[in-house]
Parts: sequence; structure tokens; C-alpha cells
Amino acid sequence: MSEMYKVENKLGAIRADFPILSREVRPGVPLIYMDSAATSQKPEAVIEAMNRYYRWTNANIHRGVHALAEEATAMYESARERIARFIGAGKAREVVFTRNTTESINLVAYTWARKFLSKGDLIVLSEMEHHSNLVPWQILAAEKELRLEFIHVTDEGEFDQESYQGLLEQHPKLVSITHVSNVLGTINPVKEMIVQAHTVGARVLIDGAQSVPHMPVNVKELDADFLAFSAHKMLGPTGIGALWAREETLEAMPPFLGGGEMIKRVYLRTFTPNEIPHKFEAGTPAIAEAMGFGAAIDYLNEIGMDTVAAYESDLVKYGMEALGQVKGLRILGPAADRRCALMAFTMEGAHPHDVAQILDMDGIAVRAGHHCAMPLHDRYNIPASTRASLYLYNTRAEIDQLVISLGKVNKLFN
Amino acid sequence: MDDLYREVIIEHYKNPDHRGRLDPHDISFEDENPLCGDHIRIDLRVDEDGKITDVAFDGHGCAISQSSADLLLDSVLGKTVDEVKKLTKADVLDLLGIELGPVRLKCALLPLKILKAGVYGLGEASDSLVEDE
Repeated sequence: MSEMYKVENKLGAIRADFPILSREVRPGVPLIYMDSAATSQKPEAVIEAMNRYYRWTNANIHRGVHALAEEATAMYESARERIARFIGAGKAREVVFTRNTTESINLVAYTWARKFLSKGDLIVLSEMEHHSNLVPWQILAAEKELRLEFIHVTDEGEFDQESYQGLLEQHPKLVSITHVSNVLGTINPVKEMIVQAHTVGARVLIDGAQSVPHMPVNVKELDADFLAFSAHKMLGPTGIGALWAREETLEAMPPFLGGGEMIKRVYLRTFTPNEIPHKFEAGTPAIAEAMGFGAAIDYLNEIGMDTVAAYESDLVKYGMEALGQVKGLRILGPAADRRCALMAFTMEGAHPHDVAQILDMDGIAVRAGHHCAMPLHDRYNIPASTRASLYLYNTRAEIDQLVISLGKVNKLFN
Repeated sequence: MDDLYREVIIEHYKNPDHRGRLDPHDISFEDENPLCGDHIRIDLRVDEDGKITDVAFDGHGCAISQSSADLLLDSVLGKTVDEVKKLTKADVLDLLGIELGPVRLKCALLPLKILKAGVYGLGEASDSLVEDE
């Protein structure tokens, strides 16, 4: 409760840190932003860090010896160090900058899996994966004749652990699963699942896109093999994400994209790759975005991820109860104590797209559709859902408004 | 924006005149809008003079796409196939009587896209069928 008190107390200040939260969507209609699972809003500190880089430090990194290049390189590498510490990684060079979670997963598919998996090998995924943790494996499986199997999801929206045990008995080489479902909100028991996967010799990739922004995630405690996440869902800018893997794993992986920066020496017909993590960072990276990513990490550290998680847990409990009062509304996924602060739902008689449109009239930004999880929607036999996803800047008062606006949907359609 | 859910749209969404399937039919085509999962199938019966004598649509989706299908089919009943080929985006928006942003426009135009792909006998529906000349 003391954690709760800390954020509640700071809430006014927190909201003021996000310039966009004071805008009106249309004259007289303030923004109520509930689409943070798609992308979060950015605090002034993040916007300012990127601004400062362009106004004061702008230079390409790693090769120049002039003052700006030295400064920019130091700032870029400092961002990497703060990100590494944030996820409990031993070394900064275990963090590879990518464009986003999607690219991080593709990197593992195209380098590690392409090198170490061969015909007939099994990759275990699940029915609740985002398309970004399905399609890269489908492409690779077609190319290398790999087998894909899927952990079933229960009616309550959790991994069917029995089906997982069954798949482990087939000795998969890789288990690649999401930590938090972007539709069901389920916080999956990945720590236990990683232990079990390691027992049968499988490596584990954790899609942390929806977990790293909302709760403490420590790669050493989890004992994962790969962790993928994006800056833009955790208060940072778009266009930058990260892949974490242990030093020895990254060393053993072939390079990803070819070009400048990822090489040590280039001849006309051959090259020798650079050291990790630069081996995986071909071309000029998103430098300003790395500054923004670092600033987002600093901002979250300032509040504390335990505090963020506690506040959101309280908020989602309140939200589940409030939405439960709306006639004809059905929330997908598990009870409040096993989920992150996002709620996807269906409403009787009203299509999710129409629900989202009517909420928009009151300034409420939610998402409607399949949320890049078509197989999961197939699993529940629904074409689409409406999703309200919350973050540390959302309030109970906003949830109250959501409930009022959902009443308008019912009035129109039922 | 408040006009988006005009009574006529809600009415045709809740109580469509032409929901169902025609068996047999002369023309049938279906497609979906992957963005929101709207899925529509349109069946037509056409007489020897190329006149449309029976219409039906089936599928699921938002109020805009479903009411657009119902209103559109209502308007082509008795028209010839050649007349249907000349229908444009503006005709659909006239039927709906609303203005739409780019995302919802796709919902509104899905039925016309399907209808035109059907009467042209195309293998695949394309957005170019409903774009402005």
C-alpha cells in the first residue's frame, strides 16, 4: 500500500510530465489515452533528450575522433549500459540495439536459429503470441523444414501447462513465448517454464514487449536465453528496441545485417565481423532514439518499477470491477490478480470498431481489431476485440469516464 | 463525428434487408478487411439482359461496413451489371450520408470493392476498384 501511496501522491506530477496528456482531441474534449500497449506516451525528459542530441551533440558514432563524435558515442553507449542495468544484465555488451521487439525476434530467428537448428527440430510457441513471435518462425520453419508446435491457451486465458509438458517431452530446441499477452493481459509464469525448458535442453526466448514496461524484469532471475523488447512501449521513442542474450550466446551467433559498423575488417571478397554487440548493429543506428531510450529508463528508475507494477495492479483491479458493471461486456483473459493493466473485451451487439469509434467521440483512445494476434482471436471464436491498455499516467477517474462512454455504446446499439 | 451513427446506419446494421445467401447465384464474391476483420460475401442473380434481379450479402463486421453493404445492394437491385461497374466511392458515401476518415472509409468501401470485383469477374479484389478516377 505504501507503494500505491507513493504513485498516487506523485500522480499529478507524473501526468504533468507528459505534454500530450494536456491536449484536447477536439475542442472541449480532453484526451483519455488508453492505448499504451500499442505505444506509450512520452515524458518531456525523453523528448528533451532527443532534442538535445540534435541541437547540441549531433554526430555519427563510433568512428569519428572529433568532440561531437566522442560525446555522441559516449551517450549512445551510456544508454546501452543503463538499459542493461535496468533488466539486470551482467554486461552492457549483452544488449543489442534493434528497431523494436519484432526485429529482435527476427534477429534471433535469422542468426541463432538459422545456424543452430536443422531439419526436423522443434520450436515451441503458443496460441497467444503476437504475430511478431509467429511469422519469423513460420518463415524459418518453411526454409529449414523445422517443426512448430503451440502451447494451448485455456478458456481463462492462461497457458495450458499440461500441453506445455507434452511438448517438452518432444525435446524442443527453442521455446519462444510472450511474458505478458498483449490481448489477454495474462502474466505468464515464465520463470518456472524456463526452468522446465532448460531441463530438456531447450533455449528460451521471452517476448518482453508488454512486460518490461510494466514490471521489474531481471534476466538473471528469469534465467532466460533471449529477451526482446521495444523502447516505444516504455515511454521511449519509436524506432529503437533491444535484444538481450548472454555474452557467449551472442559470440556464437553469426552477424545479422551486413554493412558498416558490424565489421572489423573488410576485403573485396570477405570480411571479419566486429565484436558484440556491434556485430549485430550494421549501419548508422537510431542515435537520437538511443538517447530517448536512456532517458525513458532513467524516468522509470526514478519512479521504480515495483511502484509502477503496484500502481497498475491496483488500477486494473478497479478497471475490471468497473467494466464488469457494463451490460453485455465480456472481458477476455484471467482475473485481475494475474494480469497486467490491459483489458480487451467484446460487447454484445456492437462491433469493436464501432465501440472504439464511439469512445473516440469522448476523447478516449482505445484500440479495436485483432491486436496482431489473429490466431488468439480464432481460439476464442471472435473476429476482433476492443482493448483499453493502461499505464502509470492513467487514473481511476479516466476509467469512470470509460464506463460512462461504454453506456453510450449500449444506448446506441442495444 | 456524432453523425457517424445516423439512424439509417444503425437501422440497416441491426435489421438488414438483404442479409443471406442466394443459391443458385450468377455472381458471388467475398473479401475481408484485414484491419478490422470485416468479412463480406455478396451474391447476385442476373437476368439475360444483364439486369440484377436478386441480391444478398453475408458476413460480419462493423456497423459501417454492414450497413454500407445493405444500402449498396438495395441501390443496385434492378440496375444492370454495366451500371454497377460505373459506381464510385462518391456513390457509396452518398448512400451513407456521412463523412469518413481514412480508416473507416475502408470499412464503408469494402462492399463496393467486393461488388465490383464480382461483376468484373476478377480473381482478386483490389483497392483500385474504389479509388477516385
